[in-house]
Amino acid sequence: MARRVPTGRTLVMTLLAWGVGFVIFFPILWMGLASFKTELEAFATPPSFLFFDWTTENYAAVQGRSDYVHHAVNSVVVAGGSVLIALLIAIPAAWSMAFAPSRHTRDILLWMLSTKMMPPVGVLVPIYLIYRNFGLLDSRIGLVLVLCLGNLPIVVWMLFTYFKEIPKDILEAARMDGATVSKELVYVLTPMAVPGIASTVLLNVILAWNEAFWTLNLSTSEAAPLTVFIASYSSPEGLFWAKLSAASTLAIAPILVLGWFSQRQLVRGLTFGAVK
Amino acid sequence: MGRITLVGVRKSFGATTVIKGADLDIADGSFVVFVGPSGCGKTTLLRLIAGLEDVSAGLILIDGANVVDVPAAKRGLSMVFQSYALYPHMSVRGNIGFGLKMAGLPRDEIKRKVDAAAATLNLTPYLDRKPRELSGGQRQRVAIGRAIVREPKAFLFDEPLSNLDAALRVQMRLEVSKLQRQLGTTAIYVTHDQVEAMTMADRIVVLNAGNVEQYGSPLELYERPANLFVAGFIGSPRMNFIGREAAQRHGAATIGIRPEHLAASRDGEGWEGRVSVAEHLGSDTFLYVDVPQIGSLTARLVGELGLTMGDRVRLRPDPDRIHRFSEDGKAIRP
Repeated sequence: MARRVPTGRTLVMTLLAWGVGFVIFFPILWMGLASFKTELEAFATPPSFLFFDWTTENYAAVQGRSDYVHHAVNSVVVAGGSVLIALLIAIPAAWSMAFAPSRHTRDILLWMLSTKMMPPVGVLVPIYLIYRNFGLLDSRIGLVLVLCLGNLPIVVWMLFTYFKEIPKDILEAARMDGATVSKELVYVLTPMAVPGIASTVLLNVILAWNEAFWTLNLSTSEAAPLTVFIASYSSPEGLFWAKLSAASTLAIAPILVLGWFSQRQLVRGLTFGAVK
Repeated sequence: MGRITLVGVRKSFGATTVIKGADLDIADGSFVVFVGPSGCGKTTLLRLIAGLEDVSAGLILIDGANVVDVPAAKRGLSMVFQSYALYPHMSVRGNIGFGLKMAGLPRDEIKRKVDAAAATLNLTPYLDRKPRELSGGQRQRVAIGRAIVREPKAFLFDEPLSNLDAALRVQMRLEVSKLQRQLGTTAIYVTHDQVEAMTMADRIVVLNAGNVEQYGSPLELYERPANLFVAGFIGSPRMNFIGREAAQRHGAATIGIRPEHLAASRDGEGWEGRVSVAEHLGSDTFLYVDVPQIGSLTARLVGELGLTMGDRVRLRPDPDRIHRFSEDGKAIRP
């Protein structure tokens, strides 16, 4: 016997889910569509949805005016580099918090989280001045550093939650087998936590990729990632919706593709600990 | 070599003292069992020897060298955990060989030693499997293989058989005993199961509330328990304790008689009582008898006497097997 499906309820829920999904996705779709319109059509009221003269001239114009590849490479370096360095710091940190907690571990964890509650603009001036004095403005190293520090609390927290799930016995067994702490991290803890580390990397790469506040304020051209590339199209001499849309589409395309193929890890990463 | 000596070892967690001063000398090659009720500190004591916990005071000597400040990785001991604690991402071969890899042995030597250990434990067909593809008993063998392959100074077992079913537990108990005698390596084994303790140990450490109550051979513990706790803990069914007049007649505050040292008859001498429950096991009969003035006594009789609930019975203790205890619970020796 096939299981009876309460068709009415399921239908409503499905339609509702698709509806919500569509509403959330709509701005991205609209941006994508606008990038294929002429500037005139992009402005038109009422706007045409699908029936307009499709054109790729915006992409050509964007490519002609600025160097997409240069910014994309910067984005990859900045997002990838900041997460990589954050991992190198966070794995040992989360290990010690999960397996060798002290009296203050809880406080440190909460303090780290609290730094994320502060509006970044509050420290813009001091950081800007420090960067200026150290010659870090508009440098990739500077951006990697600031994004790494910005995401570090999230990385530590996520890894801490994953590590908590790993039985302590197994690490102790490694110690009894003669493994030093560093070997224990490399040969036992890290391979066991690979799924968790993967979700952490993915989520934080996306966060770093999309980070606009620091990248816009601390870089202009040399180190400028894709966020700066987009922003350069909202210029004071008038908005060019179609070109802005084309630039934005180009900027989010890589991360959209990455996110699409790693949906499962991402969802797991975001809901981890909530359901067990 | 693997002689382990504990001198005044104490351990506190915050304000709670878990080990209140343990002094033990464990001879090289002997099989010592730590036994006691849950929460008595036996696992903590093992973890202190392993180096997984730091002592609060005292010395731990391995072959005469104090290892209190030596990390677990460098003490040259190996441990079998209650949960097995296998590395889930490694094959059986990787699990058994991990310690050798950490020691930096060449690859062909690791392979040779792992193959030898696997052959001893009948694990050869499973060497390429992951732990999740093994049964409980096989996982247990892998955990033991991981311990023996390193040729440690001593094995530490933390209730290794408690996750196995009863039949497998008896079988593994024999195998562990046999293996230890074969290898001649010192072993310290923690259990709460007194049958495991009695059958496997050369010497038993009875622990209670962080104190070593007695350290001796299984028969010593059975025949000459040092105090009331040991007398009550070792032996099944439990020893009968009798106070008041009956004890004073023997010049003691309490006397103890094991159920197997009570003779029962329908008439004749002895304490008269009424059978409240009779358990017939075929080979033995356990009688629970209510004796006025004395309380409930347990008697273990060989064979069948045909006694059932409500029957009158007389119980007579074997006069040579009466254990006498003073006011403070210590055994009175003649």
